[in-house]
Amino acid sequence: MIFSRRELLIVGAGASLTMALPIMTHAATSDELIATFTGGAAVAEGGITLTAPEIAENGNTVPVSIDAPGASEVLILATGNPNADVATFKFGPLAGSFVASTRIRLAKTQDVVAIAKMADGSFASAKSTVKVTIGGCGG
Amino acid sequence: MISRRDFLQATVAASALLGASGFGNWARLAAQQALTQDQLLQFAPTGNVTLIHITDIHAQLKPVWFREPEINLGVGAVNGLPPHVTGADFLKLFNLTPGTPEAYALSHTDFEALAQAYGRMGGLDRVATVINSIRAERPEALLLDGGDTWQGSYTCLKTNAQDMVNVMNALKPDAMTSHWEFTLGIDRVTEIVEGLAFPFLGANIYDAEWNEPAYEPYKMFERGGVQIAVIGQAFPYMPIANPGWMFPGLSFGVREERMAEVVAEVRDAGAELVVLLSHNGFDVDRKLASQIEGIDVILTGHTHDALPEPVMVGKTMLIASGSNGKFVTRLDLDVQGGAVKGFSHKLIPIFSDVIAPDPEVAALIDAERAPYEAELTEILGTTDSTLYRRGNFNGTWDDLICNALIEEREADIALSPGFRWGPSLLPGQPITREDLFNATAMTYPNAYRSEMTGEFLHVILEDVADNLFNPDPYYQQGGDMVRVGGMGYRIDVSKPQGSRITDMTVLRTGEAVDPAKTYVVSGWASVNEATEGPPIWDVVEAYIKRKGTIQIDPNQSVQVTGA
Repeated sequence: MIFSRRELLIVGAGASLTMALPIMTHAATSDELIATFTGGAAVAEGGITLTAPEIAENGNTVPVSIDAPGASEVLILATGNPNADVATFKFGPLAGSFVASTRIRLAKTQDVVAIAKMADGSFASAKSTVKVTIGGCGG
Repeated sequence: MISRRDFLQATVAASALLGASGFGNWARLAAQQALTQDQLLQFAPTGNVTLIHITDIHAQLKPVWFREPEINLGVGAVNGLPPHVTGADFLKLFNLTPGTPEAYALSHTDFEALAQAYGRMGGLDRVATVINSIRAERPEALLLDGGDTWQGSYTCLKTNAQDMVNVMNALKPDAMTSHWEFTLGIDRVTEIVEGLAFPFLGANIYDAEWNEPAYEPYKMFERGGVQIAVIGQAFPYMPIANPGWMFPGLSFGVREERMAEVVAEVRDAGAELVVLLSHNGFDVDRKLASQIEGIDVILTGHTHDALPEPVMVGKTMLIASGSNGKFVTRLDLDVQGGAVKGFSHKLIPIFSDVIAPDPEVAALIDAERAPYEAELTEILGTTDSTLYRRGNFNGTWDDLICNALIEEREADIALSPGFRWGPSLLPGQPITREDLFNATAMTYPNAYRSEMTGEFLHVILEDVADNLFNPDPYYQQGGDMVRVGGMGYRIDVSKPQGSRITDMTVLRTGEAVDPAKTYVVSGWASVNEATEGPPIWDVVEAYIKRKGTIQIDPNQSVQVTGA
């Protein structure tokens, strides 16, 4: 319950963020990243599936996967990370499936967002809250 | 059967307590003398399938006292719904009469007096009698064990759970699922599972590296001409709530999509009845039932709730069979054409003075305990207070543990995890080593002593509170609030994480906890590897022996709002 390595890493990440901010060049916010990706077009909720654990077993390596039938590109964002941009997956027109998975580090409890650009130019999205917890008191 | 002598004693105890409590339906006690084993087993059989469910035994081979919670809050959509109803409200909701055996078994109301009247509950030898009786009537009945079976007692700890494995094998379960089992370490779990004559199910247990299923997800049975799929679901938050380093290759989680896939798979394979043997916890199962079609019955576990009636969520029936061997559920189902057409249900209370022990299993239990008899029975002290664990914010067992941590480890503040296992003791009883281990026996018991800032203590309390009071059950881990000694606080359970906990106060001085100040904190059951300190039972044993008699003052250090 106490002083987990995870917690120390989180604290560490928070600390380095605070120190780094004044000298860092501006990190794009989630909203800015989405606007760049969509060109300002409307984004529909649903239509794709984002799978992530409700509670991360290890915040340093959280498995996430997307299933976005008919998508040409899928942007994944960790909205609460110092740098929200996680990955963009691209699917060719002959793709047999539109599934991708990766593992990401989450600094704290936050929403993970997937935005898919569909073949017809429209945008679909899915969101999942992943909790990063100290843990240790269940039973 | 409860003897007349017991009832006369009970009447004395009851009248002695009447003045103190001022309420209670004591006149009923005398009317209960007719309680018999036949009555407890009386059942209106129906249909073609019988399920027997037992869960969260926590290694309690022998009958125990077990006080049900007085405070068990539900937040969000489940506020005021079972199992978040306690005491008199619970009795009213289920039409139970105060003072009856059922009221004693299912609520904390008048616990001490009724415990004298109706005695200890559970004991796997009595459970065996109930199972044998059901099987005599229904030879094809399925016995399903919801897990938390291989942890929670002195002998279980000393034998690496071999005592529980041997006794459970004698009961011949048809399947089980798991939680604390994994705190034996993955090697020991693998060793035991390889020798089991029944499947160890967990659809949500994955290989962490390859993200592939690591255990059998389900087992198909043909019983009474019905194809039955029993799907297992282990505790979803194993590596978070318990030490992940003990089973490093495994990943868990609710995995709702996975469950939907498995349900579809078993239906495609011809299942006419789908049973989920779950260790999710009641609220998680309630949500799962509302999200996934096609599960007929969820045998719930983990949160230790005992409900005398099934809870329906759409077409899914949720069964809650209690803990520590207190109850066995019998569920008869009439399955026709792939649908449940009718059912008969009974939560059978295991009154240990009424149900005769099965001689074979009783002998087996005695044999398992015999090598440890001297240690088990050593008296460490006496308690003047009821010692119990259940309750969202505190219980007297943890008050005792926190008091011991503060004095023995010279700490400002003590933390004790919000476990829900651990039976109760009545006022005036000796505290034996067995009793102490029933409240502490586990494989990561070290009592640490470290320094924490007030700010970090606040983070801990907020974190644990969100595991209990997040309005979305999928974000709850079960268990109760971490118990705190030496410090009081206010909690608004309706607030979001980060703003539930206020007014943290050092009880000794009455001063507010300073976020920047460092406090000496002692606690136990850390999930971190290589935690240093003596095992918690040594700390508490030394304290009890030094005090001789234990008296726990009413705990008023947690002020709760928003419920």
